[in-house]
Order: sequence, then C-alpha cells, then structure tokens
Amino acid sequence: MSDQQKKATAYWKKNIRYVLVLLAIWFTVSFGAGILLKDALNSFKIGGFQLGFWFAQQGAIYVFVVLIFVYVRLMNKLDKKYGYNE
Amino acid sequence: MSVQVWTYLLVGITFALYIGIAIWSRAGSTKEFYIAGGGVSPLANGMATAADWMSAASFISMAGIIAFSGYDGSVYLMGWTGGYVLLALLLAPYLRKFGKFTVPDFIGERYYSKTARIVAVCCALIVSFTYVAGQMRGVGVVFSRFLQVDINTGVIIGMIIVLFYAVLGGMKGITYTQVAQYCVLIFAFMVPAIFISLQMTGNPIPQLGMGATINDGSETFLLDRLNGLSTELGFAAYTDGAKDMIDIFAITLALMVGTAGLPHVIVRFFTVKRVKDARKSAGIALLLIAILYTTAPAVAVFAKTNLLNTVSNKEYSHMPKWFKNWEDTGLLLFEDKNQDGIIQYLADNSKNELTVDNDIMVLANPEIAKLPAWVIALVAAGGLAAALSTAAGLLLVISSSVSHDLIKNVFNPNISEKGELWAARIAATLAVIVAGYFGIHPPGFVAAVVALAFGLAAASFFPAIILGIFYKKMNKEGAVSGMIVGIGLMLYYMAKFKLGWLGEIPDNSNWWFGISPEGFGSVAMAVNFIVALIISRFTPEPPLQVQEITENIRIPSGAGNAKMH
Repeated sequence: MSDQQKKATAYWKKNIRYVLVLLAIWFTVSFGAGILLKDALNSFKIGGFQLGFWFAQQGAIYVFVVLIFVYVRLMNKLDKKYGYNE
Repeated sequence: MSVQVWTYLLVGITFALYIGIAIWSRAGSTKEFYIAGGGVSPLANGMATAADWMSAASFISMAGIIAFSGYDGSVYLMGWTGGYVLLALLLAPYLRKFGKFTVPDFIGERYYSKTARIVAVCCALIVSFTYVAGQMRGVGVVFSRFLQVDINTGVIIGMIIVLFYAVLGGMKGITYTQVAQYCVLIFAFMVPAIFISLQMTGNPIPQLGMGATINDGSETFLLDRLNGLSTELGFAAYTDGAKDMIDIFAITLALMVGTAGLPHVIVRFFTVKRVKDARKSAGIALLLIAILYTTAPAVAVFAKTNLLNTVSNKEYSHMPKWFKNWEDTGLLLFEDKNQDGIIQYLADNSKNELTVDNDIMVLANPEIAKLPAWVIALVAAGGLAAALSTAAGLLLVISSSVSHDLIKNVFNPNISEKGELWAARIAATLAVIVAGYFGIHPPGFVAAVVALAFGLAAASFFPAIILGIFYKKMNKEGAVSGMIVGIGLMLYYMAKFKLGWLGEIPDNSNWWFGISPEGFGSVAMAVNFIVALIISRFTPEPPLQVQEITENIRIPSGAGNAKMH
C-alpha cells in the first residue's frame, strides 16, 4: 500500500469511529430516552416536564443540533491533521 | 387596519420580494439552474434548506397534530429533525465530494448503469410528485382562509408565482427566494408563539413556557393541568399518548431515514463550494429548523389548553367571535347532541359535540389569544412562504430529473447546454401545471400519500446511497434489486393497508409486526439493505475504476466544481 493510501485508510477509520460514537448518542437520546425508556424516565421531573416526554419533544432535538456541530469541528480538525483541508 | 388589509399588504410585500429576487438571480447556465453555480455559502444554504424542508404541513398542521395526539406527536418532532444527523454524518459530505447535479446522477454513476439511473429517476418522480401536490393545495387553502378567494384561484396564483421564479431562476433563484422565505416563515411562527407564551406563563421563551406554571396564580404546571383536563374528558393523558411503542419506534425511524433520502433535500448539498461547507450547512439547517420544531410542541400545549378552557362545558351562545368565524370555514363543527346548549368536548364519540380540525391550532391561535390584526396577517404570509418554498424545491427535482437524468443522460447525450437549459425550463413548467392540477383536483389519496413519501424515500434511496458510500463492493445488481424490492414492498403495503386498492382495508390487527403504513418504510428499508447485500454476494464485483471512485469520495479535498459529463 502506498503512503497516500495508508493515509487515506487511517483517515477513513478515524472518521468511521467518530460517526459510530455520535450515532450511538443520536440513538440513545431519541429511540432510547424518548421512546424505549420513556416510561421509566417519566418518573423524573425537570420543571413541569416529565423527563421522557421532554426528551421526545425537546431534548432529543437539542442534542441532534449539538451532534452535527461537534462532528463539523472534529472533522475540520481531522482534515487539517491529514492535510485534506482546503 | 383590519386583518384583511394587513393580510393583503403583507402577502403583497412578500410576493413582490420573491419576484424581485427571482429577477435578480436568473440562471444563465445549466450549472446555475441545477445547483446555483455551486458557490452558495453555508449560511445561505442552511437557510434555504430549512425553508425547503419546512412545508405547509410543518407550518400549518404540525402543532395541531401534536396538540391532538400529545406524546404520539413526538414521532414528527424527532423524525423530521433526526434525519439531519444522518444527512450530515452519512450522506451530505460524500455526495458533495462526488460533485454531480442530482441524486440519480450519483446512483447512475456509482452503480455504472443506466438501469440504476432510470430506477432512481422513477423513485425521485414518485416521491416528489406525491409531495408537491400537497404543497399546492396548502397554498390554495391559505389563500381561501385569509383572503376569502376561492381555493382554486389561490392555487393558480401560487402556480404563477412559483412558475416565475423556479422557471426563470432555477436553483439559483430558488435558493435566494428560500433564504427570504425562511426569514418570513420563522418570524411569522415565532411572534404569536412568544405572545401566547407570555400570556399563559409569563415566560417569553415558548420552549421554557411549555414546562412552566400557569399564570393564573394556581402554581400548577401547564402540562399537569393539560394532563388533568385531558383525562377528565376521557382522552389519554397528554404526555402518554395512545400508540404502541413499536409503532412509534418504526414511524420515527422511517421519518428520519426518509428525510435523509428525500431528493429535494439532498440536492441542496450539491450547491455549496467545499465538503466542509456541506457538513456545516447541514448543522445550520438543523439549527434553523429546530427553532420551529421545538416551538411547535409548546404552541400545541398552549393552544390545546386554551381551547379546552375556552370551549369545554361552556355555553354555545357565549362563545367568542373567532369561534363563529372558524365555524363558517368548516374547521370547527359543533353539533348539540343532547340539546343543552353547552359544548361537550369528549373522547367518547357518541357524546362528543365538537370536531376541531388540526390546522386551526396554528391558524386560529392568534385570534384565540386575542393578538393584534398584523400578527394574524403574518401567519398567512408565513404559511404561504412555507408552502411555496417547498413546492419550488420539489419542482426543481422533478425538472432536473427529466432534463438532466432522462434527456441528457439517457435519450439524447448530444444535447447542447442551451438545449438542456430549455428542456429544464419546459419540464419545470409542465411540472407546475401537473402539480397545480393535483392541487385543484386532489385525488383522494394525496393527503394519505404525502405522509408516505418518507416511507418511499426510506425504502428506495437511503440504502442505495449508504451502501454506495460505505461498501466499496456493492454492485449494480445488488443496488438495483434492493431499490426495486424496497419501493415495491412499500407501495404494496400502502396499497393494501392505507389506500385500499387491493380490496377492503384490513383491520389494524393485521399490520405486519404491529407497524402502521406510516412506519413501514423502516421495514422496507431493512429489506432493501438485505436484498442488496445478498444479491451482491452472488454477482460480479463492481469494476476497479468504480471502487476507486468510492475510495475517492471518502476524502474531502479536491471536491472542485461539479463536472459536466
């Protein structure tokens, strides 16, 4: 394998790692907290919100926004490190 | 000034603005027509994507749907936002790097096959047409309710406006009008929401007001009050909902994946300059969408509580003026079954006397909360902005599918740039006319099918694109059979359980795995993946050159301009 290819493979592996971790969080806040664990979480309250309900109608969406911006930052750094930035 | 005058004024100003932008940003080349020249900034693209995405349904109907389904409405909130995470992480950067004009472009080239391209074009057309008809209808409905013109006249006015800027400006015109439309629609949605939140809870931020205590000195949380009111009348508690967990799960997944697979959303990411801009503009788009999507459930709670407080067990003769106004439009129906002159709003259908249309929650909200006339007019302008921006985005997908994917790449590869541009404009015109026709004569199945467009997108495009990026060895045989089986299965399930085209619609207990047609896209998507993977095992690998393309799109640098081919 040429150096170019090695670099590309390493970059891709790192990218996949980021994606998997972020998607795990994506799944946890929506399908996990908002749906599967909703009834259990509803016994906790923040303000007037039952927690499971809050995740389903508010919290999950906030986390989604944060996830994308975290990915943008991570990838911009990674691009720079591997010299793929423009 | 009266509501009527305000409405004419605001709608007139916004329409003049859209037309002005269209003239300023005419498209001169096919590249400008399809992808706005490829130099849109991430912020502008984010705003355009948000307007493109938020349709008449998001603006007018969603808060009402949530108000009447409580927790069950979460499927739309999570489903229609979570898809952007998939877009940003799994699709947008790679499709931008690939650097072509349309989604069928990617499918056709990655799977080195005209058949794949044609299958993708058919899927894009099915998805986009089902969606666009609903938008034109939405334009007509807003016109008729706020300006007292006939629905059909409304549809025709909407057609002319869209025709003007989509045909003249192509993607370039659409992009910059969508930026303006985003501003109009978000302002129009937030102003009444903030007013009402202040009125009911004293908190100006609706997202917080939703979880706050009511402003009447009782120190009760708003949501607790609403739960109490709902159960008293025999409904499920607002925060519990009535759907099965598996169905909630399946619908949410289908909407998320469907969002990520909708061609008119994906194509927006072809318009930015660099791969990193594609990621960033997905983030901006979701942020801008989230403003509306986290406000809508708050509006739902305010409006539902307000409605129950105002009408439930109150004398009909004492109803405020807005009640009579909306009765005239048929969105509110009161039928005094026990002849006691009092409105009984109950879960039990045999005793319930009040029927409320979902849409009223957003449309009548400013009146219910006694807000000034200009706020009511603003809602009309916002609803039109939402419907027009989505319609324009869809029309562009339809016209580029025809002129670029079919004419240029299949039937007549020698067509000149000028000829292709003309073909695109003619295709856009025809598409507007067809969409307008469906808006005026909506086939009974349109309303049902719009919700299912997501299932269709999930079942067809999503697996083919994901496998094309993340699995180098995926070949054309696998991808094509996956798409055909996926969309076929989804169409079959829709026809059987939703549209009743295959004899009487079977009872819900016959649903496969307890999953409704709205959620079945998740199952069809899984089947698409499985079929594609199995078939690809038993058929020849893709050519080396294609495998190299796949490796190349994984590296962000050198995206360059979209190439003609």
